[in-house]
Amino acid sequence: MHPVIRTILQRLGLGLVTLFVVSLILFSSIEFLPGDFGEAVLGQAALPETVEAFRKELGLHLPMHERYFDWLGGILTGDMGNSFSGRGSSGGQDRSRPVIELLAPRLANTLFLASMAAIISVPLALFLGITAALYRNTIYDRTVNALTLTTISFPEFFVAYLLILGLSSFTKIFPSLANIDPDAVFWERVYLTALPALTLTLVIVAHMMRMTRAAIINLMASPYIEMADLKGASKSEIILRHALPNAWAPIVTVIAFNLAYLVVGVVVVEVVFVYPGVGQLMVDAVTTRDVPVVQGCAMIFAATYILLNLFADIISIITNPRLLHPR
Amino acid sequence: MADIKDLEKAAREGKLDRREFIKRAGALGLAAPFAATLLSQSVQAAMPKKGGKFVQGTAHGSTTDNLDPATNENGFSQNVVFTYSNHLFEVDNTGQLVPELAESFEASKDAKTWVFRLRKGVEFHNGKSLTADDVLASLNHHRGEDSQSAVKALLTPVESIKKTGSHEVTVKLNAGNADFPFLMSDYHFAILPEFNGEMDWQSGFGTGGYIIEKFEPGVRATFKRNPNYFKSGRAHFDEVETISLIDTTARQNAIMNQEVHAIGRVDPKTVHLLSRNPSLKILETTGTLHYTFPMRVDAPPFDNYDLRMAVKLSVDREQLVKKILLGHGAMGNDHPISSSQPFHNGEMPQRMYDPDKAKHHLKKSGFEGALDLSTSEAAFSGAVDAALLIKDSAAKAGLNVNVVREPKDGYWSNVWNKKPWCACYWGGRPTVDWMYSSAYVNDSEWNDTNWRTGAAADRFNKLVIEARSELDNEKRRAMYYETQQILSDDGGALIPMFANYIHAVSKKIGHDEQVAGNWEFDGNKNVERWWFA
Amino acid sequence: MNNDDDMTPGKPADLADQGYSAAGEVVLIKARRTFLENILRGLKSAPPTALFGLTVITIYIFFALFAPLLAPHGEAEIFDLSYAPWGEEFMFGTDQLGRDILSRLIYGARNTVGIAFVTTLFAFVIGGGLGITAAINNNGWLDNLLSRSVDVLMAIPSLIFALILLSMFGANTLNLIIIIAILDSTRVFRIARAVSLNVVVMDYVEAAKLRGEKLFWILYREILPNIMPPLVAEFGLRFCFVFLTIAALSFLGVGIQPPTADWGSMVRETAGLIQFAEYDLTAAMTPMLPAAAIALLTVAVNFVVDWFLHKSSGLKD
Repeated sequence: MHPVIRTILQRLGLGLVTLFVVSLILFSSIEFLPGDFGEAVLGQAALPETVEAFRKELGLHLPMHERYFDWLGGILTGDMGNSFSGRGSSGGQDRSRPVIELLAPRLANTLFLASMAAIISVPLALFLGITAALYRNTIYDRTVNALTLTTISFPEFFVAYLLILGLSSFTKIFPSLANIDPDAVFWERVYLTALPALTLTLVIVAHMMRMTRAAIINLMASPYIEMADLKGASKSEIILRHALPNAWAPIVTVIAFNLAYLVVGVVVVEVVFVYPGVGQLMVDAVTTRDVPVVQGCAMIFAATYILLNLFADIISIITNPRLLHPR
Repeated sequence: MADIKDLEKAAREGKLDRREFIKRAGALGLAAPFAATLLSQSVQAAMPKKGGKFVQGTAHGSTTDNLDPATNENGFSQNVVFTYSNHLFEVDNTGQLVPELAESFEASKDAKTWVFRLRKGVEFHNGKSLTADDVLASLNHHRGEDSQSAVKALLTPVESIKKTGSHEVTVKLNAGNADFPFLMSDYHFAILPEFNGEMDWQSGFGTGGYIIEKFEPGVRATFKRNPNYFKSGRAHFDEVETISLIDTTARQNAIMNQEVHAIGRVDPKTVHLLSRNPSLKILETTGTLHYTFPMRVDAPPFDNYDLRMAVKLSVDREQLVKKILLGHGAMGNDHPISSSQPFHNGEMPQRMYDPDKAKHHLKKSGFEGALDLSTSEAAFSGAVDAALLIKDSAAKAGLNVNVVREPKDGYWSNVWNKKPWCACYWGGRPTVDWMYSSAYVNDSEWNDTNWRTGAAADRFNKLVIEARSELDNEKRRAMYYETQQILSDDGGALIPMFANYIHAVSKKIGHDEQVAGNWEFDGNKNVERWWFA
Repeated sequence: MNNDDDMTPGKPADLADQGYSAAGEVVLIKARRTFLENILRGLKSAPPTALFGLTVITIYIFFALFAPLLAPHGEAEIFDLSYAPWGEEFMFGTDQLGRDILSRLIYGARNTVGIAFVTTLFAFVIGGGLGITAAINNNGWLDNLLSRSVDVLMAIPSLIFALILLSMFGANTLNLIIIIAILDSTRVFRIARAVSLNVVVMDYVEAAKLRGEKLFWILYREILPNIMPPLVAEFGLRFCFVFLTIAALSFLGVGIQPPTADWGSMVRETAGLIQFAEYDLTAAMTPMLPAAAIALLTVAVNFVVDWFLHKSSGLKD
């Protein structure tokens, strides 16, 4: 079998095992957190008997393993279950709230924001990284480094507040709220998502840029680069034609890591811009102990992470002839 | 001229039938200057303009919210409930109780039996007419063994709820309660259509001034005006959008950038800066919201009267009001009755910071060591800072306090009502009895000080029950004064401050001179009361 | 990184006298210059950015060590005036409770840098140690077990997982350090394992094994020096990410116990003031101070890391 296909199959198989273990860990973590859905929703107003009523309706009185296997059975048949925040059907009305209905629109939003940020940040990081390597140890290199390091060292919410101040309060270019409507048209979405996407760009560009720069510089001492240098190739030619093709593996790994972050780790940005994404949903679900929703979000996040890593590894294999054509 | 015209209008719409209400309510010591209210209402009704889209940001909301009024515990869903539905009674902008879906009511002499007559010709948003069945289903939603309602406890004294006519409901209580109509104004008791004998909250149809268009939990709710609304001179906007803006900075940015017309929960620390923005005004209401630090009297060393007194005296209330509320509030006197309430005991001297007296009580208590004070921003905004101030002032009185910041998550189930001393808040309870029944009487589950036994607590509980069915206002006043004194001296609650609700409102918005303080946002009825000026 | 310009192997005569030992060789070279001489030599060749970085780090360490002596007021000392303007008595004013901001910044150096350093060190000891062990055990059961466990941990959103764990175990400083360290160590593990894999197959490691050297000796003497550069680069960034994780956690309501001053929480507490830059510029600058303190340190640490990377890459320009 071709090594790429074998790797894909192997990794997908392992991915399924990972998903299973992740679901088990999160399920038991929520279980060990004090309090349950009824207590969390009623807060100060919770009475023992109302909490008990919630437990009975949601099946929380059943033993833990039974509930887990119930959920697992559902997910294997493609049913993510119902959020606890719905209710059992009553008076002939269906009051359930399927997890998928909560998750799907928010996942679309999250992916939209992540793509926006990726489209801006990945080319920017590559450009800055390559040029910094090209002009390494010049003022340009040091300035780019210092600037990106500064943006990376501000807390996300603070970067967001600064951008709001500059681009929203003073200049009124972009709105400070990104609470997009499900019916919004494409360009309206782009406009509303501009500030969160910029914030995320500032947050992740430094990491990718530095790795690009480091990966290229790392190769500069290799004999084959020195050879190219002696041959009389120009500096930019050396970097673009000789160094970069061999530097893809570490760069792509870091890009994959940051793209996963864009999907998985942006809850703070979601809160500041009131952006209806999956991160906020998961935090709320953890707070209210809404286990099926937590599990649903976790599965999406873990799958994103696994797939992006797989993608990075495939690129590494494809760009490395020794791995692509093993002896 | 306008007054007469509006009075005529009111009469035409049957508003003046409320005379019946004033008469009976007066007899029970409930509401009083109703005519004045009516008059002020009609004066203002002359000014509002119709139309426009109103956008507001609340500091609450979660993706797990739903429309079930039984579990609507946050400010976002409260505002939504008041926007699309009505209740039997309403607390108006002056704090008076007025009938809403009830047209009139009658009580037996012992205040045990209550008959509510419903307004006729009211329609739900789906075209269904309001009848006694809907009220029955809506109230029963909060009763019964399987009820998941947050207000189940409020209806435990109810023996039966019966339909006694197509538009008449009779409620029987097992003990007299002169404040029962007040309870019916609580946001949980929304009247929603009945479906197969049960309350149908799922469809989102109410009788209110606005019809729900979209409800996205944790994000927003949008509404459009109900053309058939039964109240005149209310619900002026064409469209309404209520957004959940949890992050304080995001919320304040939104109003400063004029992306919303009103926000709640303005940070008292930055009110003075926010108010410099020329497009907005600060709207502050004094209500019943108070911040408490309950000590559980069954947990040593808080079982000691002198230690509790030492704690109460070693707290610098002036400092707390100055630094936590930045003056947007008032000092508390270790009882939960606000000075804006009719039975507030104003004769009691204000308890002040007195390190020497505190030292004396501390010595008498024989306690040595440090007290753990559990706190979290979940209790109220500034709770951690408040605890640090308490630590600071107590240290000067020789009392060591350890501030323990607990996680926000699960605060109400793990810390409050469990840890010996913690931070807590209590929101609006319009009557003294309601407040006491929630957190201070001996059979309340939410008695977070566990102050249930002992001579003082016994006397307190006896007085509360007597006052509940007492129809003579003066006798009732005397009883309530005494209960406040007992609670302040012997009770376990440290109640250092009452906080104002602070809003920022666009200058484009008009509202009555007086704005209700029972909840934020004009008693959460702002959507039907406010207009574009 | 035995590739310093003029490090030459020991003289053959020495070999003949003593018989060869790797340890002996190392000692031989090290003994030629004193420790101080080595540092001074290194500093002379350092570029200005690295010197800047080293100076900043030294100042931070100085402030961290002598905070109680340098700070004009106590960390938790509350004055009557809250939000005092910048001036004589309080250089950067006071915060919402009336605590001196300058003093809190100085104490913040001690708490924040201390916590971040301990956390990162912890993460590297756990992640690095396990990563190298896994690489030596390449594809054995231990490697597979460790690698798969790390995959699982990394597949869970770390901020939310940290939130859950802190709610479960309580948000005190020790738990904060342990939880962030463990979650961070997964990243370190990946890098350490990946770079070690290339090293463990090298001839000199084989040789050491054949010589009968102990596992720890191989790990410490042969592998660690050769995988240092990427690990150090990662250390530079990880160290700063700890500040950010703490700030993000305090945004979500858990973090360092008050009244301990840490920069992340200080940014969080005062960040709201930034939006009033139009009306009160110095107030709006308040959150900039701790944020700048973090940023300056991040830049400084990474400049030094860059210098180190450059030196160890063998590039001459």
